[in-house]
Amino acid sequence: MTFSPELIAQSIITGIMIGGVFALISVGLSLIWGVMRIINFAHGEFLMVAMYIAYFLVARGGWDPYATLLVTTPALFLLGALIFRGTIRPILGHPSMNQIMLTVGLSLILQNLALVFFKADVLTTRTEYTRMILSIGPVIIRVPQLIAFIGSALTAFLLYWYLQRTDTGRAIRAAAQNKQAATLMGVDVQRIYLLAFGIGSATLGVAASLMISFYYTSPTVGLFFGLIAYVVVVLGGLGNFLGTLVAGLIIGLTESVGAAILPGSLSRVLTFALFILVLLFRPQGLFGGKRA
Amino acid sequence: MLDVQQVSVHYGAFQALHEVSLQVPAGKVVSLVGANGAGKTTLINTISGLLKPSGGAIFFEGQDLTRLSGHQVAGLGLAQIPEGRKIFPEMTVYENLLMGGYSAQARKLRSQTLEEVYTLFPRLRDRHKQLARTLSGGEQQMLVIGRALMMRPKLMMFDEPSLGLAPLMVKAVFEVVVQLKARGMTILLVEQNVRQSLRVADYAYVLESGQIVLEGESRAVLENEHTRRAFLGL
Ligand SMILES: Nc1ncnc2c1ncn2[C@@H]1O[C@H](COP(=O)(O)OP(=O)(O)O)[C@@H](O)[C@H]1O
Ligand SMILES: [Mg+2]
Repeated sequence: MTFSPELIAQSIITGIMIGGVFALISVGLSLIWGVMRIINFAHGEFLMVAMYIAYFLVARGGWDPYATLLVTTPALFLLGALIFRGTIRPILGHPSMNQIMLTVGLSLILQNLALVFFKADVLTTRTEYTRMILSIGPVIIRVPQLIAFIGSALTAFLLYWYLQRTDTGRAIRAAAQNKQAATLMGVDVQRIYLLAFGIGSATLGVAASLMISFYYTSPTVGLFFGLIAYVVVVLGGLGNFLGTLVAGLIIGLTESVGAAILPGSLSRVLTFALFILVLLFRPQGLFGGKRA
Repeated sequence: MLDVQQVSVHYGAFQALHEVSLQVPAGKVVSLVGANGAGKTTLINTISGLLKPSGGAIFFEGQDLTRLSGHQVAGLGLAQIPEGRKIFPEMTVYENLLMGGYSAQARKLRSQTLEEVYTLFPRLRDRHKQLARTLSGGEQQMLVIGRALMMRPKLMMFDEPSLGLAPLMVKAVFEVVVQLKARGMTILLVEQNVRQSLRVADYAYVLESGQIVLEGESRAVLENEHTRRAFLGL
């Protein structure tokens, strides 16, 4: 087999851009884990919900895809906060098996609700951005992917800045590192948990709006992204914010280069091979775990 | 200023405190001594709102604390320096101190208070960019005290601040308590280091198996037969 340098260059560019989106999708999962030690197995399904919202606004409402941010982001914050309040908060501190069952259950419920309401159809939008490309020599850059990459990077940066530089962000980190000490400083830890879960979910609203121009929507779309997010979060070191961003790029590259050099059905193998290798040899992730 | 009235606390079926009553008047240092497992931490955590009493009431400046949660109690100006130096390990010294000034009233004066804390603990100023987990045990204790001062508290409760520190640091910790006392701070001091803590204190309570068995002027408690036998090995 021979691979043209163009093909490799193309897959690297695509990989970086999609990796940025993977990073954004994973950062919320990592934040939630870092703060309250919960893995939300419905994370991918939250993204699915956001993608349906974005889809209907664009396809039926005629919205500009990026304007849907204004709806998807607060909607996902609310969805996250409500689900946290109603189902997850009561089982914080319970055995982790119960927590896993609960969030896996939530993911199944959301998937099946989507099936009932929207059928199993794969929905795609055609927006004015869908076909836009930039050519750099032999390499083409799809404009919606470029916008998604830039938007993801901006959102991740904004979230990082918020956690590092604002009083509430600092309180989120404090609650993650020592709940009792944070309470003694006057931090309402229950409120902080709600906020962190809401923010972790809201990032998925942003991601959905950034992706809707070039990615399909279906009831099972969350399975793929959920899985990617767990791989990225583990690879980056559970709860390690910057590690998660780098791991997102690595997985994006692995997926895209894998698709370029391996036959279709095998392309996904590379990502999970990498995941298993990390679990075996560096279970703390490439960059070590952290409390938010 | 602080008035604990017949407080009982249970962990499940186990009763850790039996109708404990204790007062801390404004501007005084009150010491609570007792052996390991007597219930000192339980009492302090109950005052801080981290545990709910099964009976009795706690008043701070006339306000009933028993219905408030921990973060609300902190907001009233009641600071606890918890057992075992509970720093925020992955934050810098500076960020730890900022967290002390989190609540609304403290935040208004935060930069001014920070200067005061840095003046009291120059070591913290030198290390302000360092991650808190990289500090020595003594420095971490200073950080936790400094962080509590950032709250601009009206009452400070120390839970065994000298535990596990080198003798020189133990001395430094007691010096800080003396300094704070000289500035008029109201302090509840929990210590196993009975002799030193009774020297600093105005008044003392002795806790045994969840009950107050003795109280009085600290000099009297220090000279009491029972205390001498139980804690001072005399
Ligand atoms: N979380 C808990 N659950 C059950 N029992 C506890 C708990 N914390 C403390 N205890 C018990 O309560 C008693 C008082 O403990 P504590 O307040 O920590 O004592 P002290 O601070 O004086 O050493 C001890 O018998 C201890 O075993
Ligand atoms: Mg104790």
